[in-house]
Amino acid sequence: MSAKFVVGIDLGTTHSALAVAELGGTDERVSVLEIEQLVSAGSVAKRPLLPSFLYFAHESEPALSLPWDSERRVCVGEFARSRGAEAPQRVISSAKSWLSYGGVDRRSGTLPLNAPDDIEKISPVETSFRLLDHLNEAFRAARPADGDLAEQEVVLTVPASFDAGARDLTVEAALAAGFEQVTLLEEPQAALYAWIEQNGDAWRSHLRAGDRVLVIDIGGGTTDFSLIDAVEQDGSLGLSRVAVGDHILLGGDNMDLALAHVVSQELAEQGKELDRFQLGALAHACRGAKEKLLSDASLQQVAVVLPSRGSQLLGGSIRGELRREQVERYLLDGFFPAVSATELPKVRPRAGLTQVGLPYASDPAITKHLAAFLARHAFADPASGATDARPPTAILFNGGVLKAEILRTRVIDTLNGWLAQRGSAKARVLPGEDLDLAVARGAAYYGLVRHGRGLRIRGGTARAYYVGIENPMPALPGMEPPVFALCVAPFGMEEGTSAALPPQELFVVVGEPVTFRFFGSSTRRTDPAGSVLERWRSGELEELPQIELVLPAAGRAAGDVVAVQLQASVTAIGTLKLEAVAQTPLVPDERWQIELSVRHGSSAA
Amino acid sequence: MVTSLPLLSRLWLSWVTSFRILFDGRFAAQLALLREAGAPSEPPAPAELPVQVPPAPAAPTPEAPRGSNDSALQLLTLLQREGRFVDFVQQEVASFADAEIGAAARVVHEGCRRALRAHARVVSVRNEAEGSSLTLERASEDVKLVGNVAGSAPFRGVLRHRGWRVEELTLPTVVGAHDATLVAPAELELS
Repeated sequence: MSAKFVVGIDLGTTHSALAVAELGGTDERVSVLEIEQLVSAGSVAKRPLLPSFLYFAHESEPALSLPWDSERRVCVGEFARSRGAEAPQRVISSAKSWLSYGGVDRRSGTLPLNAPDDIEKISPVETSFRLLDHLNEAFRAARPADGDLAEQEVVLTVPASFDAGARDLTVEAALAAGFEQVTLLEEPQAALYAWIEQNGDAWRSHLRAGDRVLVIDIGGGTTDFSLIDAVEQDGSLGLSRVAVGDHILLGGDNMDLALAHVVSQELAEQGKELDRFQLGALAHACRGAKEKLLSDASLQQVAVVLPSRGSQLLGGSIRGELRREQVERYLLDGFFPAVSATELPKVRPRAGLTQVGLPYASDPAITKHLAAFLARHAFADPASGATDARPPTAILFNGGVLKAEILRTRVIDTLNGWLAQRGSAKARVLPGEDLDLAVARGAAYYGLVRHGRGLRIRGGTARAYYVGIENPMPALPGMEPPVFALCVAPFGMEEGTSAALPPQELFVVVGEPVTFRFFGSSTRRTDPAGSVLERWRSGELEELPQIELVLPAAGRAAGDVVAVQLQASVTAIGTLKLEAVAQTPLVPDERWQIELSVRHGSSAA
Repeated sequence: MVTSLPLLSRLWLSWVTSFRILFDGRFAAQLALLREAGAPSEPPAPAELPVQVPPAPAAPTPEAPRGSNDSALQLLTLLQREGRFVDFVQQEVASFADAEIGAAARVVHEGCRRALRAHARVVSVRNEAEGSSLTLERASEDVKLVGNVAGSAPFRGVLRHRGWRVEELTLPTVVGAHDATLVAPAELELS
């Protein structure tokens, strides 16, 4: 372990970033590495952010050359994104959302979803690997003396809402990219680390024991919430992550698209119909107009001009406008409505037959998702079983969307309204600085923390995990046997620890794959390993993709039935490991690893 | 010996060289030398003038350094891609209403500004308000004297234009066998 640097990687849904800190040096500052990438046909430049898009060149196009490879046919970054808007079937976007979506086999070639025949589709895992591989190449090119990311300690961030399977797949992609010393970190924690790094020792004067920080992270494609407590720890201040929210596929891109539809409807009323290209350009133009309106309160409207697609700019361009009142109505009231604390997101019933696609949030109101998160973790009645439900006292914002002050103000006002109703004090805002790069910076800083250079946020696993066991009962027509949930991994398991062996035995047939239903809960925090739930409240347990165990026939006869116990541990990397331990081992400590997220489709879907 | 060029050729030459002076530092330096020396006794090396560059049929040298025009072409490509600059300048605007030109100008302005800011750091030469009085202790290249230009320093006058200077220019690196003269490829939409 002679890594010279820790490298923090924010592998984002829409953008990725990379930050570096030196290990063992005198300089403990974290610096962001600009990422060299193809920015247009035949030209390469460095940018702080790498758009997380992958584009496959068509045979009509020249190679997508990089300084280190002139023959490449696939590219990542800015050109991939802009070329992808022109040839959408050839681009992969939102790979990270696919990685956490159990509805497809995440190891088989599924992307780009509607790829033409000449493209050999790749899996969500491979897409993530290609993004990481590009970051590695850019690191090598930028710092030739420092070698490879394989030689460095890499901290890779994941949404706090990623389940054990998605975390596993992320590590799989990192290992494929050759990162041998990789650790996972939750993104909202990374944002708080960045805040600590930025404030130096002064951060301790901003937080007191008893404070509860609500981290709100709204990126281009996802929204993530976490609660982190400041606690008294051996006489000094410690931090502990106490709750994380669900995976919400809702972010800044949805907002730009919503505004584009508003403007395109107005244009349609004037008889100006837009094609797909113009709609894409409109979303882009609306983003610019939105940013102007949000940052300058004196503006009442901003013109949105769609240049003609031909070479005649004049005469063919379409002019529309975005008005302040529209931004306020559709952004503030559509995405950030001032709702009461009890107003929860609408859940649209799933249509019987749906195309393969990401499970986008059906309610765009982020404040309602926040209300639901707080209802579960902060405002819950302690008698209902949720322990330690306390309102937040401070807010930390992260993600590009929240650069707009008007949106931050709406979130703060709404939250403070809820707090006032409950008689709680207002929450303070912890001033964060670079909302786009904080996660990468915080990840690199966490790398230093792991070497004892600062305070570590405790918390362990953000969910408890359960295996479904069918309760044997006489067959009754029309009745499915009830399923009990056996807790195998309690909430809050720290890295490098193992859960107690549950007393229950499960029986597995040698040589045949056995699948188990698998559940997670972010609210049940006190179930020890081995406890069995016969019933649970709706929403308390979330069904995850099935898990699978194959006992090799070695030493046993195929078809034999073997009694096993399931034991969970959390690896040093930060992934969950589930093993079946033989009750009557043939060799000492005989155990087999259970594969998380093997096949697509959870049985509940 | 030097023969005089016809007026049309001179017009053409002045147009192309003005761009070249802007974007090609070496060419500009040679031209400055030429100008200092007064009328040259020798004609300038013809290869230095774009109008007279003879096609080089022999010895294809793919490893040869990229043309000195490449960065100018790159800048044009950038301005076209981000701000439709070439489209705008190439079109006749006389028959269009100001409102239409204004709408197009927004596209050009916003895009070219974005491109310029992403690749160059442009600062003003003087920070005083335009219209304010200014005393220049000694003559310098970054302030051009106009009006009653006579006498010696210090020069007192009114600042009319604050001037611009590019402090940093970072154009993207050109990679692969890309035709730099292709400022915008034609587009063919397949359905």
